[in-house]
Amino acid sequence: MKDHSFPGPDTIHRHVLDNGIVILAYENFAVPSFEIEGYVPAGNLGEFPPRRGLAAFTAANLMRGTANRTFESIYEELESVGAELGFSGGRHTTGFSGGGLDEDFDLVLDVLADALRHPSFPPEHAEKVRGEILTSLQIQANDTRSQANKAFRALLYGDHPYGAHLQGTPESVAGLSAADLTDFHGSYYGPRGMVITVVGAIKAEAAVARIKSALGDWRNPAQKSLPAVAGVARPTELLRTHVVMPEKSQSDVVLGLPGPLRTTPDYQDLRLANTILGIFGMYGRLGKRVREEQGLAYYVYSSLQGGLGPAPWTCATGVAPGNVDQAVASIRAEIRRMQEERVPAEELADSQAYLTGSLPVSLETNSGLASVLTDMELYQLGMDYLRHYVDLVNGVTAEKVQLAAQTHWSADEIAVAVAGP
Amino acid sequence: MSNGITKKTLDNGLTVVLKEMHHAPVVSFFVWYRVGSRNEVPGNTGISHWVEHMMFKGTPTFPAGDLDRAVSREGGRWNAFTWVDFTAYYETMPADRIDLALRLEADRMVNTIMNPEETETERTVIISERHMYENYPTFLLNEEMQATAFRVHPYHHEVIGDAVDLETITRDDLVRHYRRFYAPNNAIAVAVGAFDTKAMLGRVEELFGDIPAGEVVAPITRQEPPQRGERRVTVSGPGDTSYLFYAHRAPAATHADYYPMTLLNAAFAGGSSLGFFGGGGSNKSSRLYKALVAPELAASASAEMAPTIDPYLYSIEAVARPGRTLDEIESALQAELDRLATEPITQAELDKALKRAKAQFVAASESVTGQAQLIGLAEAVTGDYAWFENALERLSAVQLSDLARVRDQYLRPESRIVGRYVPAVNSENALPAEESEHT
Repeated sequence: MKDHSFPGPDTIHRHVLDNGIVILAYENFAVPSFEIEGYVPAGNLGEFPPRRGLAAFTAANLMRGTANRTFESIYEELESVGAELGFSGGRHTTGFSGGGLDEDFDLVLDVLADALRHPSFPPEHAEKVRGEILTSLQIQANDTRSQANKAFRALLYGDHPYGAHLQGTPESVAGLSAADLTDFHGSYYGPRGMVITVVGAIKAEAAVARIKSALGDWRNPAQKSLPAVAGVARPTELLRTHVVMPEKSQSDVVLGLPGPLRTTPDYQDLRLANTILGIFGMYGRLGKRVREEQGLAYYVYSSLQGGLGPAPWTCATGVAPGNVDQAVASIRAEIRRMQEERVPAEELADSQAYLTGSLPVSLETNSGLASVLTDMELYQLGMDYLRHYVDLVNGVTAEKVQLAAQTHWSADEIAVAVAGP
Repeated sequence: MSNGITKKTLDNGLTVVLKEMHHAPVVSFFVWYRVGSRNEVPGNTGISHWVEHMMFKGTPTFPAGDLDRAVSREGGRWNAFTWVDFTAYYETMPADRIDLALRLEADRMVNTIMNPEETETERTVIISERHMYENYPTFLLNEEMQATAFRVHPYHHEVIGDAVDLETITRDDLVRHYRRFYAPNNAIAVAVGAFDTKAMLGRVEELFGDIPAGEVVAPITRQEPPQRGERRVTVSGPGDTSYLFYAHRAPAATHADYYPMTLLNAAFAGGSSLGFFGGGGSNKSSRLYKALVAPELAASASAEMAPTIDPYLYSIEAVARPGRTLDEIESALQAELDRLATEPITQAELDKALKRAKAQFVAASESVTGQAQLIGLAEAVTGDYAWFENALERLSAVQLSDLARVRDQYLRPESRIVGRYVPAVNSENALPAEESEHT
């Protein structure tokens, strides 16, 4: 696929409403359906102990009833036509995504606008949602992967908001009230900082007009900005924690460090490093060493999030309890190798080819397109990002990869969390 | 050719199904083998899945490790999966790179080495995979449900296989299984995307046409005899959450009752109306949700039925909220199933389920990978690639009387299998006994 056929400023319709809402509309008439997604700048950074889990709880309650619709009617309307819509509370944003047949665009947009602007937070529904979240937390308490991740975050981030689990704890969730919901919604939900992306069989001008009609007059004078996220200090030694779960067959392991912002100048360098380390082919160098050569694990990978704050960079694996130390040592050795030895030219070229070559496949579907476009707006990458993408990736050199690994990673000053017997 | 699809059987028995889609410069190529856990016996359970793993461990042309890297290097996505009825391999690539996928699949159909050292390394990887599943209560319960439901039919064990077999299967066993089932006359090649049918067909014939046919695989004869009474199984283990699994025997995909049963499920439980794996979805307006979740008995409830070659299971699952008992949930569920007889599904409910099926079909067809999956699954399970596309037509013809008939036929107490997962009483974090008072 040639660069110029990727979405760009000439084909992505970007429109900013008077109230600040940014609309991205991209036409794709391949199938008679659409995808709608986006976010409001409300997240767990806006919650404070003891109200942990409030952002997620608020997101989960938006569709439980509005000034214009009951819970039952919302889902009756959507499910009758096979349309979907959901909200999910994150750290910096609360995201939404949905879709359906093109003929149901107005319905989904109407429900979206209603849930964002006029949630009624019926108390009896808050109780139902609370129980569902408590059940989810209960299940997570018995899940090695979940426990390893939580322990890792607590170890690495401590009291920093990134250390808190998005859903909260059983104690904090038990204490959230309907008044808290109204309060959080009123403080952080509003048009300022909102992005809404529509991809599919909808004319761009029509999408913009309908969104303007549904959300253009939304104002929230009380809308606050989330507190700025602080940086977090890197460990100065190996930190280790073990959540003992005696009756499990496998242990889950997470190692990592605070990661860079998405907008960090050497992001693509680190992304290549991460692809070589734990993604390319069957889990990169980690997969080769831990799975293929030693047969220790079914899965082992590394993950670079690159967000609006110091989101973690991690390596993760699941191994037999007796093999945890060997797996951790192998992963640390591969991290060290990325820092000490320049990657061979061919190996770098492979990962570059993978990242650039797989773009058409990523952009095939409405949801793939919507996701990429929303990210381009969230991180201010520019609407011409995809047109430069290949050059950005191919501009990375082996020297830059090594430098990025040395700058951002450490095999020894790192946090390690294990959950299992 | 139908719906823009071309199907041809080569002289060596390979079925080839091709569909052009020019919405994006991508192509998805699948090879489906008609072998899955149904083709296993006690002693070699899990062998089909293990062969799937070994298919990534190299041929002389694509040595171990090269295969997945070769595809990734070309910008491709790849994966494979083993199910009860089939094993499938696919690559989705930029359109101008798809030839690699064809070469790769033709090569490994015949030339997979299965080196003894690689076999041993992969043994521990697969055991590790099984351990990953064992960490989940739902896996433990599902394994017992299947064993309870199928005493005779080879559907009785999990695709991953039993631990004892994973320890004892030999490299020779794997090679034998591979040679027996991996042959062109037991395989279906599917390509969907931006290509020219004539050119693609020519290339498939060129690469696969000389592979000799293998021995015809005999059909499964050990069909499950009728179930003559409710069966119950309980699993206890770590954690504090209880689960209820309910299953009834379901019709096979090619049976006339499959369509009405699919719609009965869709009207009862919501979610996916098409009944193939990858279903799920929002079901808050469904009878099942209103009976179990809305009254705060279950945190979630869902139901599914996958299209299978032989009769399999219609499964309903519920997760208990803290403090609620499985007795309460089972009572409510059974009452709601009984209500299907006293207050049958209405025309309005049926119409909604059908509308949902159409929307889901469009969504599933959006990508070349999705399309190729539907086509291949249909061909592998029913022998008719158009089964899914025709399904919408067949679903539209279903009447309320058909729903009543399948309800009476399949939702009988004597064909019910009930499974419960309960926290072990002496578990580290166990709450007081599950049946204790809840205010």
